[in-house]
Amino acid sequence: MNTKSKNEVLIKIKDMSVVYGKENQSLIALKDINLEIKRGEFICVLGPSGCGKSTLLKTIAGYLKPTSGECLMQGKKITGPDWHRGVIFQSPTLYPWMSVKDNVEFGPKMRGLPNKKIKKIRKYFLEEVNLSGIEDQYTFELSGGMKQRVALARVLANYPQVVLMDEPFGALDALTRDNMQNLIRNIWMENKTTIFFITHDVDEALSLGTRVIVLSKQPGVILKKFDIDFTKRILKNNSKNVVYQDDYFKVKNEILDIIHNQIE
Amino acid sequence: MAEKNLNNSKEEKNKIKWADNLLNKKDTKTNKTEKTLTFLTWASIFIIWYIITKLKLFSPTLLPSPLRVWRSFLFILENGYNNVPIWIHLGTSLKRLFVALFFAIFTAVPLGLLSGYFSKVEAVIDSVIEFYRPLPPLAYYTLLVLWFGIDDLSKQVLLFLAAFAPIYIACVSAVRKLNKDFVLSAESLGANQKDIFLKIVLPASMPEIFTGIRTAFGVAYTTLVSAEMVAATSGIGWMVLDASNFLKSEVIFVGIIIMGITGVIIDAGLRYLEKKIIFWKGKV
Repeated sequence: MNTKSKNEVLIKIKDMSVVYGKENQSLIALKDINLEIKRGEFICVLGPSGCGKSTLLKTIAGYLKPTSGECLMQGKKITGPDWHRGVIFQSPTLYPWMSVKDNVEFGPKMRGLPNKKIKKIRKYFLEEVNLSGIEDQYTFELSGGMKQRVALARVLANYPQVVLMDEPFGALDALTRDNMQNLIRNIWMENKTTIFFITHDVDEALSLGTRVIVLSKQPGVILKKFDIDFTKRILKNNSKNVVYQDDYFKVKNEILDIIHNQIE
Repeated sequence: MAEKNLNNSKEEKNKIKWADNLLNKKDTKTNKTEKTLTFLTWASIFIIWYIITKLKLFSPTLLPSPLRVWRSFLFILENGYNNVPIWIHLGTSLKRLFVALFFAIFTAVPLGLLSGYFSKVEAVIDSVIEFYRPLPPLAYYTLLVLWFGIDDLSKQVLLFLAAFAPIYIACVSAVRKLNKDFVLSAESLGANQKDIFLKIVLPASMPEIFTGIRTAFGVAYTTLVSAEMVAATSGIGWMVLDASNFLKSEVIFVGIIIMGITGVIIDAGLRYLEKKIIFWKGKV
């Protein structure tokens, strides 16, 4: 997957709207969304709660159908979920009746890959998320952070074109969260993954994304897109010092202003 | 950073162990008081029983003393009832029960899960179940005896019908309550409908299925005893009925106590199996 051109558009959303319910009790969740996700991007979506962030993720995943407009993946209409678009939920949906090993191997097994390859993939990705040596444990024996890392390994094991993450670190404590952010940034860089990441934490969005999209509250409209490079600077300097720099604050304040205007 | 993470996970593991110990300790403590209480309940039942018979408040034909029941139990154990060993009576009853439960589980589970999953399957099956479920099994037992004879077959069909409904209903509700994200995540990992059904829906429904099986066992067991009392020539229920015809109240007591203990043992066995098979229950 590294051989393909870097600027290839993976996901293209054209004039998409999503409406819940029928005529007189309808609720416009998303309106006129236009968005392109290019290979290798790390897109963070920000917005107040109830702004349709999750709805946007669900339509890309294929769980929901757009009411109007289109949602395309590599030129083809998305008709339902498939393994090219991996999804990480806020609360990890690991299967409690399977060991860590079986959870991570689930995707490759379902796709009928040869056993040897499955084993190799599982080893590689458990190492990527720093969880080697717990293959035989059950997921209920793990802490929240470890569970989310297993969920990450499970999705990555399919080598999806895009990883969709719905507030994946929202339920974690601040320290674990920080660790997970570093982890996901490193994995993104090393594996050249394309990530679509929903969050309500401005700092998380700014320190991870290459592009931040701010959504408005009902109906969800894209208010502004920011192209940023803080995550690359963090990787380069191996430190999070950029968050103390002026240009970081400038963007952060602008985003906060937009969001606060929405809430009032 | 990797090292840091490793340390973290170790700490996390210790934390979990510590919490586990705490919970277990509390568990054993409450278990002890509760066990004593249960024991005291039974001890007082026996003492009150003994005192009532000692004071001869009722005639021994109506309420035999514990000693008389015990002697009768030993006698039946040695000589059987009606020249048939007690094990044969009990075995006949249990065979009827388990054959019926076996078939009920292997039909109700797939049908129930499918009904929960596909509304069209539910449309076919559900109304029939809803119609016969509230009927007392003995109401249609007479019909079953006409069709299948007075022997084992009619009883097995009866118990099958009695056990089917609770398992079926548990399965439908299990699928309804299923965490939808389990199914969605499986779809996004590349699983097809068949894989999702067998590897996600079935195991995720296991806790409720087992509760359904235990309920079904209870219903089938009571139905069995009543059926044997209505029409039978063997079995533990028949033994009690036959004894009552001859006013052998101590035999009735022995029969009832054996039924009770057998029920408790089977339920404990099912609970043990549940713990082994659904080891993750309540830990998600």
